[in-house]
Amino acid sequence: MSMKKHIDGLVQYMSGFTKEKSNFPHSIGLRRAGNYLIRYWILYAMLLLPIAFFIIFRYVPMFNILLAFKENNIFLPLLEVPWAGIANFARAWAMDHFHNAVKSTIMFSILDLIVGFPAPIILALLLNELKFRRFKRITQTISYMPFFLSWIIISGMALRLFATNTGAVNNILMAWFNMQPIPFLGETTHWVWTVVLIAVWRSLGWNTIIYLAAITSISPELYEAAEVDGASRLRKIWHVTLPGIRPVIVILFILTMGNMMGADFERFMSLSNHLVRSVSDVLPLFVYRWGLLNLQYALATAVGVIQSFINLILLLGANFVIKRIDGEAGLW
Amino acid sequence: MVKNREISKETHEKILAVKATANKNRLHRTSFGDWLIVFLCVILIITCILPLLSVIAQSLSSPRAIMHREVTFWPVELHTDAYRDLIFADRRFMTSLGWTAILTVIVTIINVTMTVLCAYPLTYDKLKGRRIITIFILFTMLFNAGTIPMFVLFRNLNLINNPLVLVLPGMISVFWVIVMRKFFLGLPSSLRESAEIDGANPLRILISIYLPLSAPVLATAALMYAVGRWNGFTDALMFMQGRPEYHPIQLLLYNIINNNIGIDTTLDPGVAGNPGRSETLRGAAIVVATVPILCVYPWLQRFFVKGVTLGAVKG
Repeated sequence: MSMKKHIDGLVQYMSGFTKEKSNFPHSIGLRRAGNYLIRYWILYAMLLLPIAFFIIFRYVPMFNILLAFKENNIFLPLLEVPWAGIANFARAWAMDHFHNAVKSTIMFSILDLIVGFPAPIILALLLNELKFRRFKRITQTISYMPFFLSWIIISGMALRLFATNTGAVNNILMAWFNMQPIPFLGETTHWVWTVVLIAVWRSLGWNTIIYLAAITSISPELYEAAEVDGASRLRKIWHVTLPGIRPVIVILFILTMGNMMGADFERFMSLSNHLVRSVSDVLPLFVYRWGLLNLQYALATAVGVIQSFINLILLLGANFVIKRIDGEAGLW
Repeated sequence: MVKNREISKETHEKILAVKATANKNRLHRTSFGDWLIVFLCVILIITCILPLLSVIAQSLSSPRAIMHREVTFWPVELHTDAYRDLIFADRRFMTSLGWTAILTVIVTIINVTMTVLCAYPLTYDKLKGRRIITIFILFTMLFNAGTIPMFVLFRNLNLINNPLVLVLPGMISVFWVIVMRKFFLGLPSSLRESAEIDGANPLRILISIYLPLSAPVLATAALMYAVGRWNGFTDALMFMQGRPEYHPIQLLLYNIINNNIGIDTTLDPGVAGNPGRSETLRGAAIVVATVPILCVYPWLQRFFVKGVTLGAVKG
């Protein structure tokens, strides 16, 4: 099966199966309807719990978004709370904390994109060129490891490793290179880069899985043809491998764009400290601090709504732009 | 293809010869480039392992050595006191570890069951309303309500400070519904058709035909749900503050690492407040909480590589 077909499959999923037609005729006799129910009622019964789950835990909260336009009161039933118009949004807009949160969310998204998006592609290309099978397997297994560590554990390790007084990294820098200790996690600029690189470290190996799978589905004949033409290794990577995994790169790029404002709460929560508050308070942390710690529910809901909407727009926008560039790419 | 046949025999032989040498090169000659790649991979392996080694070294070293900057990646003046205190003196840690293990098992079973229940009916293209249901489910992937609307919901359902809040809200991940459905569709449809002719109902077909054949995807989903629960702490941090006895291990760890709570060191009086000492304790806590996952994931690698791949590539 060609790569294109693979992607078409995903496209169909995301588009909600709009292209498929039901085999079921529109005018059915009563008897057939009866037969149908006898045969398939059990499927509806199976779907009952999952649908109840989605309604209660996914759609009811969407209704609760109304709180963003209401006064800050969660003790009355939501519909009885007086309306506040856009006062909550206006209040958020007037806060320095909010502007800082938006800025650092965008900054981290862009840095993650620039540093974190190409990294697994490069590693996948490297691993694909690796000749020694056994060594390749070992490398892969070990590179998946950080993905299974929780952010708390990673932050614990990072605090130990990068501590200015006892951390191994600074111990080495001081003992071997005679340098002053670097406050990797205690000063804003260093913190930003450290946190970006830690995230790359965590998901680098894991993210290669998809690219490696895509590479294996490239036809070997293409490589043979390139060899006949005398292509060097780098040229083969550039002209065969990369175009072969392009559709996957595009899809993952769109999905990353769709999550631009969705900074990972656990990552920033666990690595944050009071010295770097000004850059570490991304939007999810803002919502947590103002909503759950300072009890400003309506304000925090408003900020959450802004975040979700920007995400949705970015996702749709990225898809639109990519489709403009290449009519057949894109999620739907 | 047609063009290939038109190529003269001579050229064809030439091509074969080039192919053969190319193959030979690929198999036998190891170039500078190959060693460069090996070198880069070794660096990668080292960066993955060293942080872990460093924490293990800190947890096993003496507080004095830590404070004198002697510890890097190897224990100095071997001390196992930290583990003793963590495991025997302080009840909270082991209790929390046990509770998290139970919770993880429960959550994994419930989530996988619910995901199967959601994915399997959607494989029947004759099911009326399937399209609507699918759109209904997929939409939740695009738009997310946010933390506070969830909080309001939990308050109304009386789930705040209720251990059920660690189970219910994450029961189904749409991603795994998609992956599982895809996997089910990949099984030969003749199996289902012949079972239908024999009069088996859809539930029966699921249990006796589909599930036994779906080990890879079930194992992947189970692993990911389990890892998610074991590693997660946001829900407990936000909605379970009032019930420390139900805090999962990661939240306890968060509090230990950030010095919100200290470990009981009564077995060894006189060390309270010693900063080197608390370093070793934190290191030990991290190691103990990491080991379960590190023991599990390599054995399931074959499965999850397949499962993840299914989700993104296979049509």
